[in-house]
Amino acid sequence: MSYIVAENLVKQYGAGDAAVTAIQKMDFNIDWGEFIGVMGESGSGKSTLLSIMGAMNAPTSGRLTIDDIDIYDLSLEKMADFRREFLGFVFQSFHLIPYLTVIENVMLPLATIKMPKKDKRSKAEEALESVGLLDKKHRLPSNISGGEKERVAIARAIVNEPPILLADEPTGNLDTQTSREIMALFQTLNQQGMTIVMVTHSPECAGYAKRILNVSDGKLV
Amino acid sequence: MTLKEIAIRNLVRRKGKAGFILAGLIIGVATVVAILSFMDAMTKDINHKLEKYGANILIVPKSENLPLTYGGLNLGGVAFAMEEIHESELDRIASIKNARNVAAVGPLVLGVVHVNTQKVLLAGVDFNAVRTLRPWWSIRGMAPDQNGILAGSEAARILGVEHDTVIPIKNQHLNLTGVLRPTGSQDDHLLFTRIETAQAILDKQGQISMAEVAALCEACPITEMVRQISEAVPGAKVMAIQQVVKGRMDTLAQFKKFSYGISGVIVLIGGLVVLVTMMGSVRERTEEIGIFRAIGFRKRHVTHIVLMEAGIISGIAGILGYLLGLGAAQMALHFFSEATATVFSINLPLALGAISMAVTVGLISSAYPAIMASQMDPNSALRTL
Repeated sequence: MSYIVAENLVKQYGAGDAAVTAIQKMDFNIDWGEFIGVMGESGSGKSTLLSIMGAMNAPTSGRLTIDDIDIYDLSLEKMADFRREFLGFVFQSFHLIPYLTVIENVMLPLATIKMPKKDKRSKAEEALESVGLLDKKHRLPSNISGGEKERVAIARAIVNEPPILLADEPTGNLDTQTSREIMALFQTLNQQGMTIVMVTHSPECAGYAKRILNVSDGKLV
Repeated sequence: MTLKEIAIRNLVRRKGKAGFILAGLIIGVATVVAILSFMDAMTKDINHKLEKYGANILIVPKSENLPLTYGGLNLGGVAFAMEEIHESELDRIASIKNARNVAAVGPLVLGVVHVNTQKVLLAGVDFNAVRTLRPWWSIRGMAPDQNGILAGSEAARILGVEHDTVIPIKNQHLNLTGVLRPTGSQDDHLLFTRIETAQAILDKQGQISMAEVAALCEACPITEMVRQISEAVPGAKVMAIQQVVKGRMDTLAQFKKFSYGISGVIVLIGGLVVLVTMMGSVRERTEEIGIFRAIGFRKRHVTHIVLMEAGIISGIAGILGYLLGLGAAQMALHFFSEATATVFSINLPLALGAISMAVTVGLISSAYPAIMASQMDPNSALRTL
């Protein structure tokens, strides 16, 4: 039984003559521990697909199950709980909270969890150590480089140990060397058992994935 | 990291917006506190002055007749079969429940006497009580001793007497020790002497015609004072001078209405300042809220953060606004009143009221922005970047 199952997914924006179909009848399965690269041209629907998988964008029709849970059958609040427990997000533009320090940004997904503050801090330090940024934990995002911001975003995505990591162009704003370092980090996480779905334009980054889903005009090709 | 810490960090980071909300609420709370404190102090001051402005309760003998006098004009009716009051009965007023609110009790004995060929009304009064009951009296000369007499301005003119004139009344010769400056009241037409002297002249030893009472009672209604005195002096009729009481109550009511009206408008404006600023703040934080939702914050967590921010600012504004308001009221009192009321002392109910008001206004005004924030779709929020 696959871990992530997409059945006949369709996503349309707008209605009537102005309707735009971003995803057209898409079916795919992803197994536990896979590292999937999603590739395609700009506007092909890959980011829409990622947001649907991220329980943030309900499909117009079709079904998405993760760990046998029909995601879009859940209430909005349960969906939020699902995101917190199952998913880690890494965005292209990092989306760090500028007024929180590095460690506070990493601790953010734990803010709504009942856990002693000391344990939260220790988990965040663990996550930062795994991305090699423990020594910069008290810095603000404005005082670290782009690559370091990406690492902080990854640490934040993995701090609550979700089984799935969703990454949208994680190296889009990084130089080649830093991109390789980030990809190496993804590989390590995947080797530790994390299922990764990564949207990328870069063939080099896609090369780190175990399987590629090519998207064109909202269809898998 | 907790929701409270996120709220505090955001406030610290957005100092400008937080400061604007804080300033708006502080000004609002301070103005309301200042107005209420000022009005309270002014009310006490006015109340005190009004209460000092002569007698407000009359004790008269019971009578079944209607007097035919109006505004000092006697139209012929004479109340006959009038009972006098025993002077000793007035002592019981000292034992009523609100006795400490009685500023002065002024017995008065009245009777007609002949001076030369003129009939004059002679009044025996307690000159100590008169200081409280008729603070507007101004005497040219001095208050009379046991063998002295004081003339109202008109009485002195009509009788043709002046300071140091000896006035024969019955078998006594009383020395005119002073003349009242015109008061515009019935007092201008009377001769005044000490009560015991008048009682001797009028053959009314131990008796009085009426008594005036000045009651300084802010907390208890005047009707309650009247009731207590009536019980103490059952043989007399006790009545409040209604126009004084009503006028006083009307004045206070006007003051209160005005202050509540102004306070309401200010609270509304304060609420709008919070609403508009919080709406702007929420819109500015679309990305942040999108991230919160994306990483698993529930709607109520987002609402919680926004309301906590509003609550923290409002609480601080309540405390600072209260202190500022007290200071402002104190300053205003120096300009507008001679009152020495101590508004600068901490008034706990007002302080708690001010803080509660600030927090309530802050929270109510932030409710819509908080709901708006919580309704943000994380995908749309992140896509707008």
